[in-house]
Amino acid sequence: MLEIILKIGLVGCSLSSAILLIRVIKGPSVSDRVVALDAMGINLAAITALASMIYHTTAFLDAILLFGILSFIGTVAFSKFLEKGEIIENERRR
Amino acid sequence: MSLLHFSIIAPLILAIFIPFLYKKVKAIHTGWLIVWLPALLFIYFLQFLPQIQNQGAVEKTVAWIPSLGIDFTAYVDGLGLLFALLITGIGTLVVLYSVFYLDKTKENLGHFYVYLLMFMAAMLGVVLSDNLIVLYVFWELTSFSSFLLIGFWNHKERSRYGAQKSMLLTVFGGLSMLGGFLILSLLTESFSIREIISQAGSISTEPLFIVALILVLLGAFTKSAQFPFHIWLPDAMEAPTPVSAYLHSATMVKAGIYLVARMSPVFAEQGLWLWLVGGIGLLTLFWGSINAVKQTDLKAILAFSTISQLGLIMSLLGVGAAALHYDYLLENFYMGATVAAVFHLINHATFKGSLFMVAGIVDHETGTRDIRKLGGLIQLMPITATIAFIGTFSMAGLPPFNGFLSKEMFFTSMVNVLHLDIFNLETWGVLFPVIAWIASVFTFIYSMMLFFKTFTGKLQSEKLEKKPHEAPIGMLVPPIILGALVIVFGFFPNILSQSVLEPVASSILPSLVDAGHEMDIHIKFWHGFNPELFMTLGVILFGIILYKTMEKWIPIYGKIPSFLAFNYVYDAGLKQSEKGANRLTNFYMNGSIRHYMVYIFISFIGFLTYAIVRNQAFLVDTSNLAPIGLYEVVLSLIVVAASITILVAKSRLTSIIALGAVGYTVALFFLLFRAPDLVLTQLVIETVSVALFLLAFYHLPKLNRKEERMGFKVTNAIVALGVGVIVTLIALSAHSQKLFDSISKYYVENTADKAGGGNMVNVILVDFRGFDTMFEIAVLGIAALGVYGMIKLRLSRRRNE
Repeated sequence: MLEIILKIGLVGCSLSSAILLIRVIKGPSVSDRVVALDAMGINLAAITALASMIYHTTAFLDAILLFGILSFIGTVAFSKFLEKGEIIENERRR
Repeated sequence: MSLLHFSIIAPLILAIFIPFLYKKVKAIHTGWLIVWLPALLFIYFLQFLPQIQNQGAVEKTVAWIPSLGIDFTAYVDGLGLLFALLITGIGTLVVLYSVFYLDKTKENLGHFYVYLLMFMAAMLGVVLSDNLIVLYVFWELTSFSSFLLIGFWNHKERSRYGAQKSMLLTVFGGLSMLGGFLILSLLTESFSIREIISQAGSISTEPLFIVALILVLLGAFTKSAQFPFHIWLPDAMEAPTPVSAYLHSATMVKAGIYLVARMSPVFAEQGLWLWLVGGIGLLTLFWGSINAVKQTDLKAILAFSTISQLGLIMSLLGVGAAALHYDYLLENFYMGATVAAVFHLINHATFKGSLFMVAGIVDHETGTRDIRKLGGLIQLMPITATIAFIGTFSMAGLPPFNGFLSKEMFFTSMVNVLHLDIFNLETWGVLFPVIAWIASVFTFIYSMMLFFKTFTGKLQSEKLEKKPHEAPIGMLVPPIILGALVIVFGFFPNILSQSVLEPVASSILPSLVDAGHEMDIHIKFWHGFNPELFMTLGVILFGIILYKTMEKWIPIYGKIPSFLAFNYVYDAGLKQSEKGANRLTNFYMNGSIRHYMVYIFISFIGFLTYAIVRNQAFLVDTSNLAPIGLYEVVLSLIVVAASITILVAKSRLTSIIALGAVGYTVALFFLLFRAPDLVLTQLVIETVSVALFLLAFYHLPKLNRKEERMGFKVTNAIVALGVGVIVTLIALSAHSQKLFDSISKYYVENTADKAGGGNMVNVILVDFRGFDTMFEIAVLGIAALGVYGMIKLRLSRRRNE
């Protein structure tokens, strides 16, 4: 029973990822794409969690954390890039 | 190392000391320090004469590369000895002459004598080697040293041109010859010439034998300036006159003759040999003599005359090969041709050497070699004129000089060709005496030109740079000796017949040695009214008529179009090949990386497709495939969609994000296929590289930042599709044809037991196969240092500031 529910959840997440991908591809502005990508990252974390439950393994828990960190860092970096035009500012600007 | 070997390389050893002697001993002319060596060698080689006559050949071996069968075998038989005597004898005279010809203060004598001694040793090595490879080594050394000698006055453009031309042609021939030698050694499994001769009968049916014949002949023809490779010889006349006298009359140009004579026992049974050697020789004789008549430079006349006389000797050697087919005859005419060739070889060396020296004297004492400016020198230079008289009349083939005898023997041999009934000679053989006779008429004309235009007529002192006077006696001694030999051999030819000609002829035609007693008859047999005598009379008669009417027909030469000349062909060929190579290289090396990628990928597709089709390697086996789940399908669709987006995206930013999507989806694939370590690494790396892409994108110059879709090119699409298809096919068939099981079982069993780890991937990375990891760390280190270096070290920009 649990297996079926997990699979349904997995398919749902996958579909939502696919729909988010459409936004990534089409997204009229870059911001749309970044937000879609961020959501996709969290979605991927969810997929990973579901998959590791299906596989009965704890090996992927690191990956789930990493998804969370990376999508955060990535989104912040992108946002800063969009805002200021660069990601790491050179402080001693001549 | 015997005395014989030492005598061959003695000039090379002396050459080492020449630069020191030249620097230290300033008081006397360097030539005096050298002249003793060839004289000594000449005496040394003379004492072989009785030995060769009585006991046959002398052989001494020194091991060089025994494991390859290459030994420095010095082999002295009649043929080798004759050449060794010519080289050392004329070498002595030429060095003596050069002492007076080259100025001590103006010329770089150190270089000159080093080159000359190098050449002398090389020639001795060529004629006295029994080993083909050693012969080839010395052969190339003659080419190099002659290149250096021709270009001795390297400040002159014509000298450099002549040196380059002779180098290209003779090295071309030398390399062909090496090919021929290697084929011969493959067929007989030996590098020894005598060993090859002893197997000549058994290898003559091999298909490669004819190739070897042609290649060896190419070497001989280029070296001996045979048609159509004769073009380098007239341009080699830019060399100092002693060099022309030595190299281009007596020694180097006869290396090809030597090779043909030496190889005759191997190849002469072939009809092709007779036709090529005889026919090309005759053609050269004809072409050289008709071209000599139109020249106005003394040395150019002599150069073409050398070409034509070399052709004469070559044709005699060709006809002499016919003797092998008539060994049953009691009276063998054709053997006479070989004897005539050898006799004329000696005669030509004597009179041509003296004539070159005469040309040098005239040049030295008047400042010009142009026969249009010369004339009437007989009063002022009586001794030179006498030597020239002897030389030219001998060259024209007039009695009582030695040229007459050899020309008579030449006519005899050519008339005898009419009796041959082998190799289609019964139909075309009639051309031989006719062409020979016409060429002799022209020989007569240019010989007369050479003497009468230079020494008789009116003196045109206003056109001469110097006031002409007789040469110093030292300069006259060598030509006088050669002129005296012309007369001695003319009156007493039989002093040569027993001592030299007979051993030489028997080494050229060793299978006929039994009939050796026939040979001395021919040389004595020079009286009587035979067709040859009337041919000579005809030559003289027509020659005089044509010489008298020369003004009327010489303009015909001007009407021959220039592109028929072989010089034109050579020059145009050189220019066109340079241009063509340039054009070819520029055609495909156009500097565009896209083009090179297309070449690389097309050859990739081509080779792999060929390999698959050739080996019929494509095979799909579905028995061991895993079932496909829904997730894989969904993820694959995402990858495909993202990949297509990369290609068709309008903005580069979209492409970068789509690339990131692909990377993350690949991470999901890793998840799906249960590779947690890969998932972690892939995620981090993908994030970092997307960030780097963004960095690169941001720094694009404003001007070129066009937001437009990638253009569509049919070639690129086909190539990309081809690569994709071929890689897919190979992956499919590779998966279907696994030959053995994986070794991963070992790792599974031993990760915990032997390595003490729980994570198998990590144990493999740092334990079982840690070596790879170390170098991947090195790669990352290098990359990091490289990036740092590229950013920090901006040398070119700093210089611009």
